[in-house]
Amino acid sequence: MNIMSAWGSGLWPWYVAGPLIGLFVPALLIIDNKLFGFSSNLRHLCSALVPGKVEFFRYDWRKMGLWNLMFMSGTLIGGFLAIHWGVPHDIAISAQTRVSLTKLGIHDFSGIAPAELFTWHALLTLRGFVCVVGGGFLVGFGTAYAGGCTSGHAISGLADLQLPSLIAVFGFFAGGLAATYFILPLLF
Amino acid sequence: MTTSSQITEFPSLRRPVILVYLLLGVAFGIVLTKSEVLSWFRIQEMFRFQSLRMYGIIGSAVVTAAVSVAIIKRLRLKSVSGEVISIPSKQLGTGIRYAAGGTIFGLGWALTGACPGPLFALIGAGVPVMVVAVVSALLGTWIYGWLRPRLPH
Repeated sequence: MNIMSAWGSGLWPWYVAGPLIGLFVPALLIIDNKLFGFSSNLRHLCSALVPGKVEFFRYDWRKMGLWNLMFMSGTLIGGFLAIHWGVPHDIAISAQTRVSLTKLGIHDFSGIAPAELFTWHALLTLRGFVCVVGGGFLVGFGTAYAGGCTSGHAISGLADLQLPSLIAVFGFFAGGLAATYFILPLLF
Repeated sequence: MTTSSQITEFPSLRRPVILVYLLLGVAFGIVLTKSEVLSWFRIQEMFRFQSLRMYGIIGSAVVTAAVSVAIIKRLRLKSVSGEVISIPSKQLGTGIRYAAGGTIFGLGWALTGACPGPLFALIGAGVPVMVVAVVSALLGTWIYGWLRPRLPH
């Protein structure tokens, strides 16, 4: 138990976390020929909750996606377990990033996400609204349009050497850089 | 002989119990949290090129997955459920959906600091306002589904 908590309390190194994430691809293939891809869950949830008359959501979501919705529920539980395992600590970002974000207007560096953007109170500010509601919308629209997110394209797709996934990953970074350098500065 | 007759009688036994996926998801949520991949701060560090950490994580994840997929294909492995493992090819088409959709998702990734997996892990990890981001993401997915016939792909 001591070893577990000592090991678990800190930050896992990249060379442990990366290969562990990569192993979800063969694990899901070997269990039942399933492809690791998280954003399909957003489509399955739409299909289950409000399919309307939209062709994109008219399919058997239980048959296609129940396994993935279980995976999604597990992810939420995993986040809960991990945060209560070990000693809470702030995110030790590089000194440079701290300087850049301070210049941007972030002053609270406690917790996993800045309180200036990701609290109920911040939701009532322009920047909080844009990051949570605007950002969430773009994540949902973009992943559905691209047919995958970081797991489906950057990991599963690139691992299978698929060109469409490489194009998508270039897009992820183009969009991410644009938001970081052009949109975020407008919000503060 | 006993085994094969059992399988014929109970074909569902060869399908993995759905709880396996829940447990795998739990493991995924733990990795996302303990590696801090779900943190807005880490995503900013990545997009500002101020640490190689995220690149190391994504890169080593891709290499691990690629080697595993190559081995699975070479050995023509079957899944536990008995199917020959195959990964469907994504249709390139004009490529517009990947470039445009990817860029739109990228904008959202930097703003929320989370891709879809971390969005859910964050709710569990004590950032409850991410429930709103998930609802908004569902709205985004729904609007895409509705506009789909009119969008270039």
